[in-house]
Amino acid sequence: MPAVQETIDTVKAIDVDQYKYGFVTDIESEKGAKGLSEETVRFLSAKKNEPEWMTEWRLDALRRFQQMEEPSWARVSYPKIDFDDLYYWASPKSVEGPKSLDEVDPELLATYAKLGIPLAEQEILAGVEPKNRVAVDAVFDSVSVVTTFKEELKKAGVIFCSISEALREYPDLVKKFLGTVVPVTDNYYATLNSAVFSDGSFVYIPEGVRCPMELSTYFRINEQNTGQFERTLIIADKGSYVSYLEGCTAPQRDENQLHAAVVELIALDDAEIKYSTVQNWFPGDKDGKGGIYNFVTKRGDCRGKNSKISWTQVETGSAITWKYPSCILRGDNSRGEFYSIAVSNGHQQIDSGTKMIHLGKNTSSRVISKGISAGKSENTYRGLISAHRKASNARNFTQCDSLLIGQECGAHTVPYIESKNASAQFEHEATTSKISDDQMFYCLQRGLSEEEAVALIVNGFVKDVIQQLPMEFAVEAQKLISISLEGSVG
Amino acid sequence: MNASVPIKHTQAESDLLDRFDSAKGALAGSVAVAALREAALGQIRDRGLPHRRVEEYKYSDLRAFLKSAAPLAAAADAATAKALLEGQDSYGDLDRFRIVVANGTFLADLSNTDALASEGVTLTALNDALAGEGGAQLLASPKTGLSDGVVALNTAFVQGGVVITVKAGAEVSKPVELVQVATSTGAQVTRNKITLGEGAKLRLLETFAGDTGEGELNTVLDCELGDKAALATTRLVIGAADAPRLFTTIATLGAETEFKSLGFIAGPRFTRNQQFVNFTGENSEAKIYGVTMAGGEALADQTLIVDHAVPHCNSREFFKTVLDGRARGVYQGRINVAPHAQKTDGEMMTQALLLSEDAEMANKPELEIFADDVLCAHGATSGQIDEDLLFYLRARGIPEDEAKTLLVLAFLSEAIEEYGEDDVTEGLEARVRDWLAGH
Repeated sequence: MPAVQETIDTVKAIDVDQYKYGFVTDIESEKGAKGLSEETVRFLSAKKNEPEWMTEWRLDALRRFQQMEEPSWARVSYPKIDFDDLYYWASPKSVEGPKSLDEVDPELLATYAKLGIPLAEQEILAGVEPKNRVAVDAVFDSVSVVTTFKEELKKAGVIFCSISEALREYPDLVKKFLGTVVPVTDNYYATLNSAVFSDGSFVYIPEGVRCPMELSTYFRINEQNTGQFERTLIIADKGSYVSYLEGCTAPQRDENQLHAAVVELIALDDAEIKYSTVQNWFPGDKDGKGGIYNFVTKRGDCRGKNSKISWTQVETGSAITWKYPSCILRGDNSRGEFYSIAVSNGHQQIDSGTKMIHLGKNTSSRVISKGISAGKSENTYRGLISAHRKASNARNFTQCDSLLIGQECGAHTVPYIESKNASAQFEHEATTSKISDDQMFYCLQRGLSEEEAVALIVNGFVKDVIQQLPMEFAVEAQKLISISLEGSVG
Repeated sequence: MNASVPIKHTQAESDLLDRFDSAKGALAGSVAVAALREAALGQIRDRGLPHRRVEEYKYSDLRAFLKSAAPLAAAADAATAKALLEGQDSYGDLDRFRIVVANGTFLADLSNTDALASEGVTLTALNDALAGEGGAQLLASPKTGLSDGVVALNTAFVQGGVVITVKAGAEVSKPVELVQVATSTGAQVTRNKITLGEGAKLRLLETFAGDTGEGELNTVLDCELGDKAALATTRLVIGAADAPRLFTTIATLGAETEFKSLGFIAGPRFTRNQQFVNFTGENSEAKIYGVTMAGGEALADQTLIVDHAVPHCNSREFFKTVLDGRARGVYQGRINVAPHAQKTDGEMMTQALLLSEDAEMANKPELEIFADDVLCAHGATSGQIDEDLLFYLRARGIPEDEAKTLLVLAFLSEAIEEYGEDDVTEGLEARVRDWLAGH
């Protein structure tokens, strides 16, 4: 079936030339030397007053990186990246020194306000609890400019700060966990990131604490020819809970910009981490010029029993997306979830999906992925579900749908399903009509027509995915959600 | 990866290069055919045997599996072939025609050559065709591509086979069994070509007899269907064999054709059954089925690429796998839909049943879609025997072993019955029972 008009209009509304966040902030900035070398890494590390072991860690990663080859298996194509023609450090001049809101350059505050991210801490009025308070860590080019609500979070025992600060203030905690989920040499871009990551967020939720508010990091690339390499590390100690949001934008430029991030999540016994992303990097113009290359390694480790990690992503930006948020289900009874809506338009290329690696007993995972491609874009779902020998009673349910709008785009599905345990039950399906015969029967029996029944079930199902998104992102996601599933293909 | 860096050859690869040097003088074909053989061998020399870093062989590492390569089998011995055929009864007393190829040699005397001729079927030895003017065409037909390692190996070493031509409008009244017999040990490398004229109909049964010892079996079935033609082809691979069994089907489908195929694998240590189906005319339909049983240390790989290059074609893929012991099952299926191949309807399903703790299944059902008005779906499941079903049968007084047999048979029969070639259903189900009783 072809796509319905409403869907076509909705996708058009978020087409590449409608990009709203393409403005440039005119702010004085300081850059490191161009090029990737030991000096660059040492400069970076010194700039951040890092401990000696961290500098060595980075240098080790750099040496490994120099011996690696760029992977070519993803269905994306782009000219070779010249890593020596990039700046690895760019920072607004005004952010040196202590960070409190009053000292932040008003130009920066204005930039974030323009992006709809108020950095001012809302006051709690007497007796009135604001509905949705979010603590924000704002990362501008290579540095974190401000982190809000720090004091209040501290009262709950929650550590939320930039990773540079964490390296100075809590080196033992960082040393214990950094690189344990995504090892230094995990892959080409993760290795690069390990060598040159400039900033990012660090979160630690102590045992038994439910984080009192949503945490959020907002990434902005402003400078030209600058790579952004952020590193996020989130640790949820026993029995804790945290919901974390990530947003990103970049100015409209003719050159491609590189963004290679690493995100590591660690959930100990009974802990839960919910990680949501609305990825809105500049996708390039309608002729495919410019845009962000987004090569991201995201992985969560359900290290403890009964732990849970949930990824939700809405992907609309970037010229190239190469991103597979994954879960390692190590602890018994742990659970991993992946909900994704990926919309590609213009000349965008998306190769995204997930990996659910079942290691522990009674582990379960759920993958829901919806890809919509329009224009001349390519949209690929690539996923791995695997159950190892000891993963008795592992369960997985995967559903991936894709929708094509127009004749010049492509949608691809590349699932790998590997079962090494007989009691593991894996189900993978990719049609709307197959969702459930029982539900259909139930609806038909109550007098609904077949079409009404399908609409009802599909709507209920989409709502399911959307409910995974925190309130703050619901508005942005709303635009995508109204997209009908009609005419979708596996 | 830099192709110019020479690879370090494994023992088997060195053996194959030596094998070519000593055999090439005797291998049939025109000058152009010899050049194709050289080019194909060059691919093995440069890239080696297919291995796990080659995406299509990710789960079936032939390079690691093949420790050494035996020489090609010697010339056929008709008397031995005759004796072996008498002991072979895969389909019992099913009324059928027979075509016999022994060690690559087409044996007209043991085949129903005359009866087939009266049905409109002409049989020619492949080697005669290779020596002729269009010989190179036979090995270089479109999409046979040198890029696949197993096909390249076949092209380099092909010893012979048969060319089956069914004239336009001929509907062959009985199934035709193409038996490939190994009358002595050694590698068997064959290629068979089937050409169906417009509106022709043929049901083909591929069977294998004899022992190749340490030699691999590598056979390609190249099918070309004229408009409105119909072909059903059943490949029966049974019995234990330690050397690799490598099967390739290439199907090129004209307009309004019907193509059906069933790959039945039970027993060998290393089997790869790969099929490439190409739609070149509109309103055609392809139905591909797979029934796989593997136990012990066996690896059974069913690989499939269906290429929807034109609009208005349907394809159905339905694969069932049962694994026991430490066996590994592989299913890799890909449906390609080219730009403008609108109204394509593709549906792919793969289901696996794991009977033991140590069995492994890898499923990779892929879709690659470039047209927007299509219906494509795929499904994949894997799991063990449903305890509730087992309990139901046990509660009715059926012993556990028998109950399991019934459930496995029911599971696999779904594909056999949907394949719908009624006269072979019984034979195939009997082979399932054999496997269950004997593995």
